[in-house]
Amino acid sequence: MTPTQIRAAFIADLTAVAPDIDPETLGDNDHLQDDLGLDSMDFLNLVSALHRRFGLPIPEADYARLATPAKAVAYLQEATAA
Amino acid sequence: MSIFTMPSLGADMEEGTLVEWLVKPGDRVARGDVVAVVETQKGAIEIEVFETGEVTELLAEPGQTLPVGAPLARLGTAGAAEKAPRPSATPTAPETPVPAGSARSAPAPSSPAPAAQPAAAPPRPAATGAVLASPAARSRAAELGLPLDQIAGSGPGGAILLADVGRQADAGPGTAPQPPAPAPKGKPGLDMAEMRRAIAAAMSRSKREIPHYYLGHEIDLQAAQDWLAATNAARTPDRRLLIGALLIRATVRALAKVPELNGRFESDPFAPSAPVHCGVAVAMRGGGLIAPAILDAQDKDTDAIMEAMRDIVARTRTGRLRMSEITQGTITVSSLGETGVDALFGVIYPPQVALVGFGAPRLRPMLREGIVQPRLAVTITLAADHRISDGRRGALFLAGIDRLLQEPETL
Repeated sequence: MTPTQIRAAFIADLTAVAPDIDPETLGDNDHLQDDLGLDSMDFLNLVSALHRRFGLPIPEADYARLATPAKAVAYLQEATAA
Repeated sequence: MSIFTMPSLGADMEEGTLVEWLVKPGDRVARGDVVAVVETQKGAIEIEVFETGEVTELLAEPGQTLPVGAPLARLGTAGAAEKAPRPSATPTAPETPVPAGSARSAPAPSSPAPAAQPAAAPPRPAATGAVLASPAARSRAAELGLPLDQIAGSGPGGAILLADVGRQADAGPGTAPQPPAPAPKGKPGLDMAEMRRAIAAAMSRSKREIPHYYLGHEIDLQAAQDWLAATNAARTPDRRLLIGALLIRATVRALAKVPELNGRFESDPFAPSAPVHCGVAVAMRGGGLIAPAILDAQDKDTDAIMEAMRDIVARTRTGRLRMSEITQGTITVSSLGETGVDALFGVIYPPQVALVGFGAPRLRPMLREGIVQPRLAVTITLAADHRISDGRRGALFLAGIDRLLQEPETL
């Protein structure tokens, strides 16, 4: 997948978890918890959705690498290419 | 024979709007079945029936706003099943439309009729545009990105019902490849001003009537966190636990030794509740909160509590809660989550008698065997009703939660 496709997929899963987030105004460096207000349950639901979509284990130790859309796209690209 | 009435879903609720019937005349219902959806300050709520029998007649139409206690349906209860003429329609057809505004509610003299005979309100006009649709259908259609004018309505006057939206969605790709609707702010169909009013009413009553006392205690969460990390390492994300599930599990278990903190103070003297219907305060994205209860939490292990939390948080935010979940809570747990501050001092949700607050877990210097170590810690607080319990018992309760969290593998 290209970074553009990964980003679109990530944002689709993010907005499914938090429907009030507007993809148009979402910043690539917005922090999911601090800026976008996801709580631990929202975040776990997002990780679950990404796990289903990409078939990646996404261990808890990697959670910090999903902190912003930009970081998450880089992480997912690296993990899917591996 | 009995009459199923508009339930009260909170002390401040005076009326509700019937959104949708999920049963029709002739249907058998059992105690606990969801039979209708009612729009309230807490969003659309699924209403359960508390008797077993057969629906003989529907007395209210979707769209009607009716006072609490107004008759909604007639039930033939087991044993005295009066046979209503079965509708000739097929099972999937909607019930016979009733002319707008017709008040054909005439409870039998022996039935527990409400004090005031309600004047049936005329169905609300469609809120926007010319398309008639129930609020539930509107919000579902918006979620699915289905334009209302492309859905065939089967309700009164051709109104679109939730089931119609489902049929359209099930019709599969090709029929409606629509772009997604603009993302709704917060939960669809939820009126933030109404929710604020509901919170104001409950919290004002609490502070007016309940003499609160407060206790706080710092708990070492490192053992629980270590156990959690090891447990989650072997699990796929959809089966992982949150620390919040352990906190609720420990709270529910600790109540066994201090049962007077669990219950609803609705009649004097107070009687503790045997089941623990543990309310979980869920913050709504966009403001406000709802505290639906995990029913019979005493019978759920940590995994089951986690499963129930996932389900109830999802339904609080984007779906529908059940009447029992918002009217039967016996205690409430409120957690600030990972990014909050150290402690929260709660306001009891009446008529409950206690609220447990968890601050944000955070690494703190703690003394372990004479050495200062960084440990994950959380401040737990108790707000409790001083008419029912005293600080000494409350302290026992918090100490019990602490003790249970030191042995997470036995939770």
